[in-house]
Amino acid sequence: MKLDGYNPGDFYDEVFESIGKPRPSADFLVQTLATMADGELNRRQLAAEKAFLDLGITFNVYNSNAGLERIFPFDILPRIVEAKEWEFIEKGLRQRIHALNLFLDDIYHDQRIVRDGIIPLELIRSAKGYLKACQGLNPPWGVWCHITGTDLVKDADGKLYVLEDNIRCPSGVSYVIGNRQVMKRTFPQIFGAINPRPVEDYPSRLLDMLQFMGQRSGEPPCVAILTPGVFNSAYFEHSFLAQQMGVELVTGGDLLVRDGYLFMRTTRGFKRVDVLYRRIDDDFLDPRTFRSDSLLGVPGLMDVYRAGKVAICNAPGTGVADDKVIYAYVPKIVEYYLGEEILLPNVDTYMCWVPEERQYVLEHMSELVIKTANDSGGYGVLIGPHSTKAVLAEWADRIKDNPRNFIAQRTLSLSRSPVIVGEECEGRHVDLRPFVLYGRDIYVMPGGLTRVALKKGSLVVNSSQGGGSKDTWVLPTEPESQSAPIVVSETQIQSLNGQSQSQGPVTAVAGMAANQAPEAGVVIKAVPTC
Amino acid sequence: MLSRVADSIYWMARYIERAENVARYVDVSLEASLDGPNNPGKQWMPLVAAAGDQVLFLEKYGEGMAARDRGAAIMRFLAFDQDYPNSIVSCVTKARENARQVRGSLALEAWEHLNKFYHYLNSSEARRRAAESPHDFFTEIRTASYMFEGIVESTMSRGEEYHFLKLGRYLERADQTSRILDVKYFILLPTPADVGSVVDDLLWAALLHSVSGYEMFRRRHGRIVPEKVVDFLVLDREFPRAILYCLEHAEECLLSLSGTPMGSFRNNAEKTVARLRANLAYTNVEEVINQGLHEFLDDLQTGLGQVGEGIFETFFALDTQSQHQFQQ
Repeated sequence: MKLDGYNPGDFYDEVFESIGKPRPSADFLVQTLATMADGELNRRQLAAEKAFLDLGITFNVYNSNAGLERIFPFDILPRIVEAKEWEFIEKGLRQRIHALNLFLDDIYHDQRIVRDGIIPLELIRSAKGYLKACQGLNPPWGVWCHITGTDLVKDADGKLYVLEDNIRCPSGVSYVIGNRQVMKRTFPQIFGAINPRPVEDYPSRLLDMLQFMGQRSGEPPCVAILTPGVFNSAYFEHSFLAQQMGVELVTGGDLLVRDGYLFMRTTRGFKRVDVLYRRIDDDFLDPRTFRSDSLLGVPGLMDVYRAGKVAICNAPGTGVADDKVIYAYVPKIVEYYLGEEILLPNVDTYMCWVPEERQYVLEHMSELVIKTANDSGGYGVLIGPHSTKAVLAEWADRIKDNPRNFIAQRTLSLSRSPVIVGEECEGRHVDLRPFVLYGRDIYVMPGGLTRVALKKGSLVVNSSQGGGSKDTWVLPTEPESQSAPIVVSETQIQSLNGQSQSQGPVTAVAGMAANQAPEAGVVIKAVPTC
Repeated sequence: MLSRVADSIYWMARYIERAENVARYVDVSLEASLDGPNNPGKQWMPLVAAAGDQVLFLEKYGEGMAARDRGAAIMRFLAFDQDYPNSIVSCVTKARENARQVRGSLALEAWEHLNKFYHYLNSSEARRRAAESPHDFFTEIRTASYMFEGIVESTMSRGEEYHFLKLGRYLERADQTSRILDVKYFILLPTPADVGSVVDDLLWAALLHSVSGYEMFRRRHGRIVPEKVVDFLVLDREFPRAILYCLEHAEECLLSLSGTPMGSFRNNAEKTVARLRANLAYTNVEEVINQGLHEFLDDLQTGLGQVGEGIFETFFALDTQSQHQFQQ
């Protein structure tokens, strides 16, 4: 594979500083890849794709034949994050999520931040994610945003920005773990030498957090994941997490409310549920409180929640902080609640409801990225520099009609990373979605989902818009000095598909040898033979 | 466990067992047709009849088809037709759909095996193989099912999930064996003159092969005699594809689920399966044949249907009116 001729171009590249010069953090990886025979990288790429299909790590495509599944496109060249950089990201995320949780609790109680004139009341009330029904509610331990998947991007100068906070039902964590499993099979030698920080304990941490939210004394709380069902595009993730945590995966039809409690239908009658990790939107949770046409939720669920007889994660109402106009206030939110300066900055944002800012946006549309306040998944985004005059004019009208619903941001020159395209490697734009759990304390998973805009030149990384992903390797804090590359020869290639049972055989075996080798002096009986 | 999950596991097992059985009788008919006298079509239509789907086949493929093409058409229909709900492809698709809904109850290997098998069946490779070497292809189907069963047996905890899985497997197997026997018996004994001929013997052997019971039968009964074959496939307590064996094990699963002692019942599922089992346990092959094998098997299939309904109302469709079912 010709990585030596790879040209990072005028972008900040995650792997190369310039042609033929890898960043120090990626130097070992690049040198080792260079020892591979021609076509070897391609073979491993194909084997990795086959592994995803066999494992059933797929997503359903909306608006196509029922049941059509695709694998989430995957590129086997990992993204590497230096230990120092990660330390900063982790600190920044903790700060941000701590502040956002305080903000949510305040908004649904005294609204001090409004009374102190930091955020206009009107903006809160008009945010689509603000739920009046949640006013005055006290979720267990005062935690609202249990699971967050913050989107981070890097600009041309290598500086990190938060693009979105995603504190409703962020998805993608199962792909982080799936990518990792496949990468261990794909590059066992390199993986073992670099030893990235593990991500596989996420399900245990998630379960700890969810159980911590259960309020019933005596018994261990019963946790369930609420999914819209098998046709949802993230169904794989829902079932994966349920499986990994050993909890029930339920649909609305499996649940019912009776005598003030939430129950699920089991083969031995109705069993009480204490904690619901819901993967459906607020609107659909309870047809009696929110959308009456919802078939996905449970009638009466909000009453049970209000009475403190069930915990819902994330708490209903968190969407108010996901509103992109509220997002613009996050630096002020951090300062207001924590008295600290924000570590991970926002992208400069223009709020169209402010007349002067709207004027600026309308005059500079072709340079800006314009977003609606409430969409996600890559929908409701206009990339000014890539748009035609007609489309710009149409959006200008929409902005004038409803300025509250629009914001604009400077078009960042997103950082790139090499991906395999045919026989070559080419640069593609990437972002990073780390996952954060808020329970007893705040846990930041080391790494996260690196999403790649696979279409050449595209800035949109969402899977629904042709995006793919990479494994993210956060280097251990004390990197072992490993200067000489390992030579990966043909003979070491292990079949990725032949032995499907093992996940990462090489590391597993190495770990066993280290932990379970009999100590000297211990005699183990010989195996009986005939 | 969730009722919906129990429902899915039960059906997953049924569909895998069904796919395996379809592969069995297609394969055996294929072989028999090679030995058969001069009417290849004769071996094939009963296969479609066995699943009770003659109408759909004739609608899709027409009655005017030349007899020599009919074999290949029926094979395609039974193996690959996605519109035909009991084709191998349809069964495996449904088994996998059900498995997808209950992945947490299965070891990763079990799911991965079924998923790979599903992708294989939908590949052009599978179709090529079925056309070029059908026997190998149907052997693959059978082996895939054995493999699934093997993974389950060596990885699944013996809890409710396991019992529902086995329940589905044994009820489906009882049903399938009864259908194969029903159709074959009718074809095999057309005229008294055929009895005792060489072809007859071959066909009865083929029937035993179709349930992988040839060797076991020989050891148990020796000479191939039609009555003994019926006895073996319906009333044997040791052969794992015999109907009585399947019913005894299905009953055992149900009793394990509720903790009910043998010889009593607590719900409709247990009641119906016990009656059906007792009916077979306290009869002999002479009585069965005197009653008329077809009538006997027809009643049995009706009984199996009632067991299925009993399972549905007991475990899958809970009655919200009954207060005692709520545990806080």
